[in-house]
Amino acid sequence: MRDVAVVGIGMNKWGELWDKSIRDIFVEAALTAIDDAGVDMLDSMAIGCMTGGLFVGQEHLASMMADYLGYKNLAASRVESACASGGLAFRTAFIEVASGISDVVLAGGVEKMTDVSGDGATYALATAADQEYEVFHGATFPGLYALMAVAHMEKYGTTRDMLSAVAVKNHVNGSMNPNAQYPFKISVEDVNNSVMVASPLRILDCSPITDGAAAVILTTVDIARKLGKPIIKIIGSGHATDTIALHARKDLTTLNATKIAAERAFKMAGKTIKDIDFAEVHDCFTIAEIVVTESLGIFAPGKGGEAAANGETSLEGSFPINTSGGLKSKGHPVGATGIGQVVEVVKQLRGEAENGRQLKKNPKTAMTQNMGGSGGSTLVHILEVA
Amino acid sequence: MFPSRIWRERAQRYRLEAGKCTTCGYIAFPPRLICPECGAREFETIKLPDTGRLLTYTIIRVAPSQFTDEAPYAVGIAELSNGVRLMAQIADCDVEKITVGMEVVIEFRRVQTDGHHGVLSYGYKFVPKWY
Repeated sequence: MRDVAVVGIGMNKWGELWDKSIRDIFVEAALTAIDDAGVDMLDSMAIGCMTGGLFVGQEHLASMMADYLGYKNLAASRVESACASGGLAFRTAFIEVASGISDVVLAGGVEKMTDVSGDGATYALATAADQEYEVFHGATFPGLYALMAVAHMEKYGTTRDMLSAVAVKNHVNGSMNPNAQYPFKISVEDVNNSVMVASPLRILDCSPITDGAAAVILTTVDIARKLGKPIIKIIGSGHATDTIALHARKDLTTLNATKIAAERAFKMAGKTIKDIDFAEVHDCFTIAEIVVTESLGIFAPGKGGEAAANGETSLEGSFPINTSGGLKSKGHPVGATGIGQVVEVVKQLRGEAENGRQLKKNPKTAMTQNMGGSGGSTLVHILEVA
Repeated sequence: MFPSRIWRERAQRYRLEAGKCTTCGYIAFPPRLICPECGAREFETIKLPDTGRLLTYTIIRVAPSQFTDEAPYAVGIAELSNGVRLMAQIADCDVEKITVGMEVVIEFRRVQTDGHHGVLSYGYKFVPKWY
């Protein structure tokens, strides 16, 4: 297996991009990444997108995006694993470079979510759950995570304020991210008093509906040295699935796919959680960040909420989580999220994070965790400064 | 919603039919072709018990279009007396009075309507045992 590095990153402003089409937002991010890497050709491209079909009526995205990126015959593919599509595109590109099949690969993600009504978006997102045994009964995505939240509160005594602490911290970080959809701070009271969506989750516990894309360029470490860019190596990649239906799992307070994907990534990297300096994780809802930080082994089971409330996951904390603002503040264009996470950890590892959110202690090793549905699929990656 | 999609699930939604692995005893609801516990492919058809205990629940206030008239409504996961877990709405009660651990009975109810002219979808819901 060849050593693989990320040499280019591209992400522009995320939000409600009314004046931009899905092809515009993807090509903009891809060009930013290509320019950042300083490469003049790609061997192939993997794009994560959950459902262009339901959001904008457009499938066959690999062909469309290669075409609009100026490539007439590129080996491009689109991969899908619901909200983990971006992470899966990253792993696909990693495997392709590591195997020797391609030398320079673009891993991208895109979702254009605001061309449908709120109801249409709820429907599209719910296709990531079990249609006949969850969605049929009226379950929504906030509803599924609410079921996890109630189980977690019941088992461990996690509180309303602990959930809110996650949203507050992510908005503090996002307020320093110029590309975030909601770059402003909120208070615990704001979250506690926001509209109830699915008890106990309120609107400020939920990540937003977002238009956005992100792209990164992967190549071999040898080529990366010739490009003269800072070399951020991908040292671990883990991928796992779990039952699609939440009720089919033995433990509603753990995310097993996350746990196993992390174990696989650690095994490849020869590392443990103690070697990781910070992480970008999938906080589609506040409870998700709490359960994920426990499933990754950063905190003991049941201690994730307390850790967030005590500031352990803040920029100055012992284990910073979601320095970008996370899905909550940065936005959650579902297929792009996994690549957006890589963009942030590469920025942090290069020492290039904007507006004072750069971690102070010279971080060397980072992790990304991106999951689909209610945790039915998860991708974990470990990146390190070479 | 196309009628065949509803019709296909009738044995589970109307009669709570599950598949029991004849090798290890794992109960699959809905039925499966291969046992996720032991890999065997022989199942016998059994009927699920109609009582269980609520493991978790949520009150949904922002609902998908086919459920907006019913919001707020509760959805929960119950563990049945034989260990099988399933998700359903919790009906016939004040949603504010639902608690984790509450005993529920599974009843046959209308679950969805597809507009004014579409198919009526029936299935199971949980009802608190003391009602």
